[in-house]
Amino acid sequence: MFKSPLDIELRLDGEDTRETVEVKSTKGRKEKLSLYKDGETVKGQVTIRMRDNKKVEHTGIKIQLLGTIEITNDGVQADEFLSLAHELASPGELRHPETFPFEFRNVEKSYESYRGINVRLKYYLKVTVSRKSADVIREKELWVYQYQDPRGEEGDSKTANTNTNTITKTTTTTPPPPPPPPSMVKMDVGIENCLHIEFEYSKNRYSLKDVIVGRIYFLLVRLKIKHMELSLIRRETCGSPPNQKSESQTIVRFEIMDGAPVKGETIPIRLFLGGFDLTPTYKDVNKKFSTRTFLSLVLIDEDARRYFKQSEIILYREE
Amino acid sequence: MPMANPFQSFSSAVGRDSNVREHKQTFDELYGEPENFLEVDVINPITYGSQPSNMYTDYEIVCRTNIPAFKKKSSRVRRRYSDFDSFRKALQHETTRVVIPKLPDKSILTYSQRFNDDFIEERRQGLERFLNMVAGHPLLQTGSKSLISFIQDDVWDKDRFV
Repeated sequence: MFKSPLDIELRLDGEDTRETVEVKSTKGRKEKLSLYKDGETVKGQVTIRMRDNKKVEHTGIKIQLLGTIEITNDGVQADEFLSLAHELASPGELRHPETFPFEFRNVEKSYESYRGINVRLKYYLKVTVSRKSADVIREKELWVYQYQDPRGEEGDSKTANTNTNTITKTTTTTPPPPPPPPSMVKMDVGIENCLHIEFEYSKNRYSLKDVIVGRIYFLLVRLKIKHMELSLIRRETCGSPPNQKSESQTIVRFEIMDGAPVKGETIPIRLFLGGFDLTPTYKDVNKKFSTRTFLSLVLIDEDARRYFKQSEIILYREE
Repeated sequence: MPMANPFQSFSSAVGRDSNVREHKQTFDELYGEPENFLEVDVINPITYGSQPSNMYTDYEIVCRTNIPAFKKKSSRVRRRYSDFDSFRKALQHETTRVVIPKLPDKSILTYSQRFNDDFIEERRQGLERFLNMVAGHPLLQTGSKSLISFIQDDVWDKDRFV
């Protein structure tokens, strides 16, 4: 095996003080990656050293900042939605270790980094030393979070600006009316003549650090229930119809009731979302994939039959 | 938008509905008999006949329940293995959604042993398990005509349901 004749080191400015995110790698280990926001500049330095002190000829050195969506579907399909490049050096020779600073200014990062079941969205820096023989490459992954206004849909900042532009100087600007308080989600579910419950919870839209507060009220119980569980399920959908593929993953499962309930009983629910590895709701990212989260209530009877009710909750990341 | 205070009670949490009803349990609801009382037992096997050609065994099915889907609150009937078999076939015809569990062994390998005490006991247990699984199923309780008849009618007439 031929070892590469070069050692490439990629360092980000302010790496020690920047916030990091711990992410599980595909091998099960945990990695710490630097966190960047939409619009933030990505800058740092590339240091290239030769092994064995031999001089190395090259046909150019460049650095790229790439954003890709990888979909695993009988093999991996990678789609680039972001591609920026800077030339670090024109063709020449490397005789001694050299450091090249780089800066990608105010980079628009429209989507959040994501590692899912079949889909992966990643941002990474890639240094390429091109040579007549094999290129030498070094990559470094970054992590990106997208924050949302708790009140509305994503990216409402643009509409807010246009409103102030149309207001004349003589009138006083009135702040937008406060949004109506979110209403409780209430469901009446059951099986005719056998089971009838009221499933209530505080709202259908939660921040990742929120608490789900709710209750289950039993109106009719003609089954022998053994216990009841509440789960959070993430469903990842990739591709577009007719080739759409969905896969679900149970993120957390809690037993909220042990034993047989009777008519008139109320079981409280209190689920702190901050403790779990939840993903915000993504709708059609780059027209490639979606991630949705469901609250799933499951009742299990004495013969191990399962009765369930699933409903979607919208999750968003708040700053 | 205020986040729900994790230590708040549910009734004062965000987004209180004006028409929320107070759900208080009555004394009867708390301490009364539950509405899902169902006991089905297969007991007391009796073998009839003197000659091998006319011998057969039947079992008693005892049922106690307060589920309205059942015609009687308590019943006691006798059924033989072939009755269970025809009942199972009737159930399979009645529903496409429910998988009906299997009956205990019927094979010819056990044919010669079928009046042996151990065999009868094993069969009784298997029939009891089968009947409990089937009687407790919510879709069969309300959807099957043969289920209630098989458990509670004095006489089982297989031709009514096939």
